[in-house]
Amino acid sequence: MSELASESSAQNFLEVRGLVSGYDRGVVLHGVDLSLDAGAVLGLLGRNGVGKSTLIMTLAGLVPPSAGSVLLDGAELAGQRPDRIARAGVALVPQGRRVWATLTVAEHLALSARSRRGTWTVGTVLDLLPRLGERRKHLAGQLSGGEQQMLAVARALLTNPRLVLLDEPSEGLAPAVVDQIASVVGTLRDEGVAVLIVEQDLHLAFAVAGEIAVMEKGVLVHRVPTPEFRRDPDTAYRLLGVA
Amino acid sequence: MTAVEAPAVPGGAAAVTPRAPRGWTGLVTVVVVVVLAAVPLFLAPFATTTLTRILVFALFAVSLDLLVGVTGLPSLGHAAYFGAGAYAAGWVSINVTAEAPVPLLAGAAVGAVAAALTGWITVRSAGVFFLMLTLAIGETMHQLANTWDSVTGGANGLIGIPSVRIAGAPLTNAGFVHWYVLAVFLLGFALVWLVARSPFGTALRGIRDNEPRMRAIGYPTALYKYAVFVFAGGVAGLAGSLLAAQARFVALPDIGFLTAAFALLAVVIGGAGSLWGACLGAALVILVRDALGPSLGGHGTLLLGAVFVLVVYLLPRGAAGVRLRRRGTS
Repeated sequence: MSELASESSAQNFLEVRGLVSGYDRGVVLHGVDLSLDAGAVLGLLGRNGVGKSTLIMTLAGLVPPSAGSVLLDGAELAGQRPDRIARAGVALVPQGRRVWATLTVAEHLALSARSRRGTWTVGTVLDLLPRLGERRKHLAGQLSGGEQQMLAVARALLTNPRLVLLDEPSEGLAPAVVDQIASVVGTLRDEGVAVLIVEQDLHLAFAVAGEIAVMEKGVLVHRVPTPEFRRDPDTAYRLLGVA
Repeated sequence: MTAVEAPAVPGGAAAVTPRAPRGWTGLVTVVVVVVLAAVPLFLAPFATTTLTRILVFALFAVSLDLLVGVTGLPSLGHAAYFGAGAYAAGWVSINVTAEAPVPLLAGAAVGAVAAALTGWITVRSAGVFFLMLTLAIGETMHQLANTWDSVTGGANGLIGIPSVRIAGAPLTNAGFVHWYVLAVFLLGFALVWLVARSPFGTALRGIRDNEPRMRAIGYPTALYKYAVFVFAGGVAGLAGSLLAAQARFVALPDIGFLTAAFALLAVVIGGAGSLWGACLGAALVILVRDALGPSLGGHGTLLLGAVFVLVVYLLPRGAAGVRLRRRGTS
């Protein structure tokens, strides 16, 4: 039987219990239970359409849940407005970047930096992602896919998050950019930020995540430490169709 | 799939961004202001009055551009606040004082209050629902003006508005009225421009490009939209008070759908989001409606419709977009 919860019996930094959510056309999440410690990175895998992105969007407040609980450091976030969830310390790097095309890189950084103050500033973010500094005056719509992804990551960092939700951050990007994303996730983990990463690129997921969880039909069905997941190709094949 | 959010405004035009004046742009601005100020010295009173009407409508269009082009809220009922401001300024001039800046302040305040009373519901809707709600508010205000005879004059309009006074002296000469309107227009335009260029304005453009993403980094976007809706209502009311000062008559069409549609037309033709483009669009609308219209047998509106179709096909970013394309920043 798969292990579905982390080892800790005490209150985890993120506690999701019985989360039900979906859209007009139907329920997608059928009672997700999930826990995550501060400084832990959880890789969330699963076939297309099982509800990974819906879970991310629901945690960020962009899809309202119909039942369940989301506790972040003991504070209930389920049903809160997305801006309140963001100010509570939850940052989203959405699938497809979703940058503001007509705003410059500098405007992106300034907007995000005003959201929630902390250790991440425009200066520290540009030290980590220097390419954005070179492109400060460019409109986001003029950036390459990799630069847009860096900008989406910078936007999340500047909100000084305690929990970062990454939805397929490597999608369509060159290996060098994927390596940079892995490096940023490592930095976040070292700073005690909890990270939930949805990823199709198993190499990236294995490289950054301490644990791997798998979703099927709107629920978490499997969760193990990454090395254990890698040692068990039969289970990976059964759940994901890849070995 | 990479998703870059490109804002859309009526007519399919992508919005452009007001930029800080640099180099020759600043020089052009100074030259335009000097020319506008010198107009009464060279043009006949009728031409001066036409230009004054353009300035009044331009300030109204700029306030709408702040909603449509900068924030992405295409309103079909913005004339409600323009008309409310015009009636308020006219009523105050008749019943209280015509001494500036009282009518101006009354117009701006009533425009802002009307927007505050109606905006909280409208800014929580989007797309077609926002269009329909603003249209309904515009029609409601029109009906209110039609039935509230004692204040608005009803179908006869508000007549007998005295000339604006400055330090006790009435502005009866077309040239003096033009300078008065020009001064208030510049003040109103500068206010809107400063708001659009401020960090608040950047947040509005973020809302226009992708509102959920703004919420996801912690911005209470409904509050931002409400604030700009009230501010734009106030500026529209200010423009309305200029109408009362210039025409000294406020009629039902000034608060009606056609006025709102003409302003939206001006914004789209000029290039939504640039602010100065809305002024160009306003000039075209007033020239076609008031100067060319009579010689076209009253078919000025038809000509405006044709111009709109041409602009949508040939200049999808309006007049302001031409400059951006030339600079290679589109």
